[in-house]
Amino acid sequence: MSHQGAAAAISDTVTMIDRCVRLMRRNVDTLFVSILLPLLMMALFVYVFGGAIDTGTEYINYVVPGILLLTTGYGASNTAMAVADDMTTGMIDRLRSLPIRSFAVLTGHVTASIARNAVSTAIVIAASLAMGFRPNAGPGDWLAAIGLMLLYVLALSWLAAGVGVIAKSVESASTLSFFMLFLPYLSSAFVPPETMPSWLQPVSEHQPITPVIETVRGFLIGAPPGNDGWIALAWCTGLLLFSFTLATSLYRRRTSR
Amino acid sequence: MIVEATGLRKSFGATEVLTGVDLHVEEGSVLALLGPNGAGKTTTVRILTTLTRPDAGQATVAGYDVLREPAQVRSVISLTGQYAAVDENQTGRENLVMVGRLMHLGRSAARRRTGELLDQFGLTQAMDRRVKTYSGGMRRRLDLAMSLIARPRVIFLDEPTTGLDPASRSTMWDAIGELVRGGTTILLTTQYLEEADRLADRIMVLDKGGIVATGTADDLKSQIGGERIELRFADERQLLKASGVLDGIAGQLVLNLPSDGTAAHLHHVLDVLRDNGVVPERVSSHRPTLDDVFLALTA
Ligand SMILES: Nc1ncnc2c1ncn2[C@@H]1O[C@H](COP(=O)(O)OP(=O)(O)O)[C@@H](O)[C@H]1O
Ligand SMILES: [Mg+2]
Repeated sequence: MSHQGAAAAISDTVTMIDRCVRLMRRNVDTLFVSILLPLLMMALFVYVFGGAIDTGTEYINYVVPGILLLTTGYGASNTAMAVADDMTTGMIDRLRSLPIRSFAVLTGHVTASIARNAVSTAIVIAASLAMGFRPNAGPGDWLAAIGLMLLYVLALSWLAAGVGVIAKSVESASTLSFFMLFLPYLSSAFVPPETMPSWLQPVSEHQPITPVIETVRGFLIGAPPGNDGWIALAWCTGLLLFSFTLATSLYRRRTSR
Repeated sequence: MIVEATGLRKSFGATEVLTGVDLHVEEGSVLALLGPNGAGKTTTVRILTTLTRPDAGQATVAGYDVLREPAQVRSVISLTGQYAAVDENQTGRENLVMVGRLMHLGRSAARRRTGELLDQFGLTQAMDRRVKTYSGGMRRRLDLAMSLIARPRVIFLDEPTTGLDPASRSTMWDAIGELVRGGTTILLTTQYLEEADRLADRIMVLDKGGIVATGTADDLKSQIGGERIELRFADERQLLKASGVLDGIAGQLVLNLPSDGTAAHLHHVLDVLRDNGVVPERVSSHRPTLDDVFLALTA
């Protein structure tokens, strides 16, 4: 890529980010759900189920990291719908017939997803503090937790972008969101895996979300994450590389018939 | 020739959609691809605009090969597709500025050009409203305006007026006419003979994936005849008498004659009939429709 080419690629990407953030702000339904949903989930788990679940700590301290991962996973997967919307309306032909870098379009959507999740995460954290969440994390721990979540959201957003590229419709792209809303229940997000039936325990312990949750939880409530930290980092980095490659090559395939 | 294509073929699965299309467009002229639904117009346009790969054949636009140099082709063309490609949740102005930025006009140049185009297409009033509140005609105009941001050398318009009400259609025609006067090369597709007639220098008739006729509007009309007059008679005897003195095609109590559409010709026809003691019950005239063209060309 020449120097001028790089400048053009950056400018295209900035323009597409600008577009996606604006569209996202105006897509009131999705924005509303992605903020309201985590708050409802938290209230539900803390006030309704919390009393019945014994995790050996204050339940709210146990569950907040789980809620954070559930909502960011869900928020990231909504990227699939935004991408599918572009791919299935005339807009993609307009974008394709312009002389722009192919990854600029997807990068715009992924960046908007990061922004959306940053907002919903901040709101969830603020609400959880108000509801009695008492983390004992130092600035370094917070930074590490946020860094890992950022990597997780980035990886999932690219995966969702790839799903959006091949989805036949916005509705079928939304299946991913459903899946991501469901997957955390089979992890250590809400209940310790030891309490699950024995056939489910290995699934719960070894699926990628569990080490991520354990690590974030470790950083926030002051238990050293140990091995889980490296496993989580490996999962997220691997997923990011895989998803980015997949999404961009699917996009190029689909747009160069 | 600014657009040149030879032997374009395309199949989707087992259906052959283009069976070998040759076409060329001279710089600064307007070519209309005329054909019914499913003829292969959109497929042809998509190949020329680098969006679809042909199975066989070659095409160049402004000297760039659509297969080997798609990026260069994209930098000199614009495409206004059959369905408006606009962001519903952005305003008209935001849509235009965005495309201007993607065409690498500077920020201020993009704004300036946006202002000009909003004005030219009568969208200034609505520029800060979201596109989802626009009428079909406004969307089409915005779509065309978005295509013109960077002053493309060749503009592809796929059925620019299909589905528009007559007023919007005529605004669209005016806008296209203005581009033509500015010297832009245009390739448009249409299902309407009238539209091709009004806008194009040359017309190619596409049917079932192949070109069945080429020429100016006048050429085509003389091939199929211009306007037709239809005379209806009360009985067979009168029809027989009329067809004896006039040169037309007789049907069920009707006689169908070619005409130049003038009142003088109609007058002449009626005079001939009166002189022979025949009075038609009804007289009507119609312009040839696309159906007439096809019947004539594929007969
Ligand atoms: N992507 C596609 N897959 C399968 N068939 C297609 C595809 N695109 C077009 N066709 C078929 O090709 C034929 C020509 O289509 P098209 O070029 O859109 O015609 P027109 O624009 O003249 O109406 C139609 O029968 C259409 O159904
Ligand atoms: Mg078409």
